[in-house]
This record gives sequence, C-alpha cells and structure tokens, in this order.
Amino acid sequence: MSILKRTATRETLEDTIKDFVCNLAVKAAIELPDDVLTALKRARDHKEEPRTIHRNYHYKNILDIIIKNALIAREERIPICQDTGIDCVFLELGAGVGGSITFDIYEAINEGIRQGTKKGFLRASVADPVTRANSGDNTPSIIHTDIVKGSDIKISILPKGCGSENMSALFMLSPSVGIEGITDAVVSQVKRAGPNPCPPGIIGVGIGGTMDQCALLAKKALLRPIGVHHERDDIRDLEQRLLSSINRLGIGPLGLGGPITALWVSVEVYPCHIASLPVAVNYQCHAARRATGIISL
Amino acid sequence: MTKKFFTTPIIKEDVKGLRAGEWVTITGTIYGARDMTHKRLVELIEEDMPLPVSLKGAIIYYVGPTPAPPNRVAGSLGPTTSYRMDAYTPKILDAGALALIGKGRRSDEVKEHLVRRGAVYLATFGGAGAYLSECVKEIEVIAFPELGPEAMFRLEVEGFPAIVINDIVGNDYYDMVMPL
Repeated sequence: MSILKRTATRETLEDTIKDFVCNLAVKAAIELPDDVLTALKRARDHKEEPRTIHRNYHYKNILDIIIKNALIAREERIPICQDTGIDCVFLELGAGVGGSITFDIYEAINEGIRQGTKKGFLRASVADPVTRANSGDNTPSIIHTDIVKGSDIKISILPKGCGSENMSALFMLSPSVGIEGITDAVVSQVKRAGPNPCPPGIIGVGIGGTMDQCALLAKKALLRPIGVHHERDDIRDLEQRLLSSINRLGIGPLGLGGPITALWVSVEVYPCHIASLPVAVNYQCHAARRATGIISL
Repeated sequence: MTKKFFTTPIIKEDVKGLRAGEWVTITGTIYGARDMTHKRLVELIEEDMPLPVSLKGAIIYYVGPTPAPPNRVAGSLGPTTSYRMDAYTPKILDAGALALIGKGRRSDEVKEHLVRRGAVYLATFGGAGAYLSECVKEIEVIAFPELGPEAMFRLEVEGFPAIVINDIVGNDYYDMVMPL
C-alpha cells in the first residue's frame, strides 16, 4: 500500500494536517488499495469449486464487474462506492510532536474531512442518530488516537461503508467454548450476514480485551493489508482456518454463490479477564478502502 | 450471460414470467429512493396526500448517489442494503410499484407482499457504483431535496443490470444459493 508522506514545521502543522487529511479522504474513496485489487483478481481466477456449494455460472463475470468498477473509479476519479462511508481515522501521534500541537488536532482532522468531502464529490453520509439530520459534510469523523514514540504523525483513514458495518457483531463468550466457539461465532456471523455486506470482503476479528477494546481490535484488524498474517503462529493458523471455513459457506460474491466469500481474515488479540472471552467481528465489504500517510516534523 | 431486456414503463405482464436467478437489463426511467424518502412517501400515503410521482408500474432503486463531478452525468450510485426499506415496502407495493432494486435479503412479509401484488425484487451490483454510473444518462432530484443523498431521484438508465432475487411465485434466489 502506498503511503503518502509530507513534512511540516511547528508553524505549518495545523494547515498541513487539514490538507493531508483532505487528500487522504479523497484517495481512500477513489483508489482501491492494490492488495485488495490483487485479491479480487485472485478470487476471479480461483479454480477449485467444492461440489457442495451452489453453482454460480456468473461467478467470474461478477468479479470482473467488481474489478472493472475499481478501474473506472480510478480513471474517472469518482468514488468506488456511493457509500463513501463514515471516516474512521487512526491517529498515531509521536510523543515528540506533543509541544507543537497548539491547536485542536481533532478539529483540524474534521476540517480535512470536510474539505475532502467537497473536493472529492463524496456523499454526505453522517447523521444525528436520533433526529437523522445529515451533518452535510461527513463530520464528525471517528478518531482513535495512539501515542507512540518519535516525532511523526501517522494518519490512516478507513472510510467505513455501513452496509457491511451493520453486519458486524460482538459476542461475550464463555472461556469454555475455546477456539471452536470463537470459530463458530465468526463463521455464523458471516453466514447470517449473507449477501447484505457486499462480499467478498475482509473479516476483521477482535479477540479479548473488554467489550469496547474488542470492537476496536476488530476494526484495527481491517487496516492490515491482505496477505499479511498475525505474527503469532497460533493466530495465523486461526486466520487461515477461519478463512477456509468462511469460504466453504458458498455465499460467494454479492451472495450469488461461489467459492470465495471472504478475501481475507485478520485477527487481533489482547489479553482479557479470566472470566471473559469477547469476540468482535467487523465486516468489511469488497470495496475495502483505506489510505495512510505520515507527516514528519 | 442470458438476459431479459426491459424498457419502461412496465406492466404486470412484464414481470410475471421472471424467475429467481434470471438476469435482466433495464432501459428507461427508474426512481431512486432510500430510507428517508421511503419514510416520507409512506407518511404521504398514510395521510392520503398526493405523491411526488405516481408509483403505478414504477421501478424503485434503493440508492443514495454521490454528487456528480462537473465532467460527469452522475456520481457513484450502487445499491444500498434493502432490509432497511422492509418496514415501508408493503405500502410502496400497494401504491403500484412493480419492481424494487437493491441488495440483500428481504423480510418474509415483503416476500409475501411481492407475491400478492405480482411484483419482483431484484439485486444489482453492490459496491459497483462507479460501474453502474456508466448506465445513467440523466439524473434529477424530483422530491425532498432537503434530504441530500436521501432525496428522491429520477434516473434515466440504459442497460442497467440486475438479477431476480424474489419472483412472483415466492422463490428466493439467496435461499437457493445458501439456505439459512
């Protein structure tokens, strides 16, 4: 995945963040990451088809259209999907930058989102949860901050379409269910979601932590590029096992049948209470958009 | 792929022979409407007020497009997930709509109502809004402009692709692919 880079000074930092976020938001909406495009092509060329699943004679054709869609979006500079999502912003703030943040950094990020919405002709998709009044500019975004060492500011934007977000779930399991129970929760959720979340996408899974932390792990899992496994051997095995179980469901692209229902499964883990086993599934559609950039001071 | 071609306006006879799993392409006028427009339309129906357009024989497309950039007719405009419209759909069908286009499963109530009214539910390519945008020759907001992307749109389309999910005899193509 190509990472945008920029330098800034203490004086220019606020404006740089606004402009940078604006560009990242537009890039994310329009350019499907290369790893996702490659995975879609691999899915299209998939040879083996278990006899147990429904035969979809249009399988290749549907994936060709999904691939073509990504190419048209890049060429024409229009969003890959009309649901340009609610922007989930992951901010990694180098502790060394601290003294230079003399402004409201969250407001600067939201100003960038506001400008990106206008510049990229993105859809305004954020509303008050109760009145349903649209904010008109995709603000406020959802911002998660981590303080890290160094003097860089890393910003990743994951525009999250909610056809797939709505098919996500959190399970507070009993530790006794073990790895079987975890697998069953994830696969059952993908089965229940069926055609709704625009498969084949990425299944982000969080295991452990507390209820809130677990959901965030699942979302962070979606930032990992396709093809990159978790560094722990047992978790890598679990990712592989989940992916093959999901693909045996036969839901296929757009729920119309076929051997690929998910392009990838990413699992993130965190220790949890001795009484607890939280498992979160964050479903990401085939338009698995993300863009990352680094501002160096 | 084998396809059946449709030109609007359509009548009951046109959709009668369609079966789950068949591909169709549509040329003519379709109406874009998602959550908030559905809410408004049903409120108007319940208050016995006139609708912005007659829904008799209408094709309703669940969509909230992105704004069109200056060099294009339309922005990205793929389907949104249909189940959110389930609560409103029986009244929309009672008002005469004959085909609904979206993505994803419908409720049992909607499926029964489709059979009763002789209407069909179609799915088009979710997440392929840029591709589908190429089929659009004209787009216009016809009601509720204050709803922004949730306004009601009139779209003139050419060769707009869709697959029959629920037909008038009660078949469900998603169930045929993967029974729940």
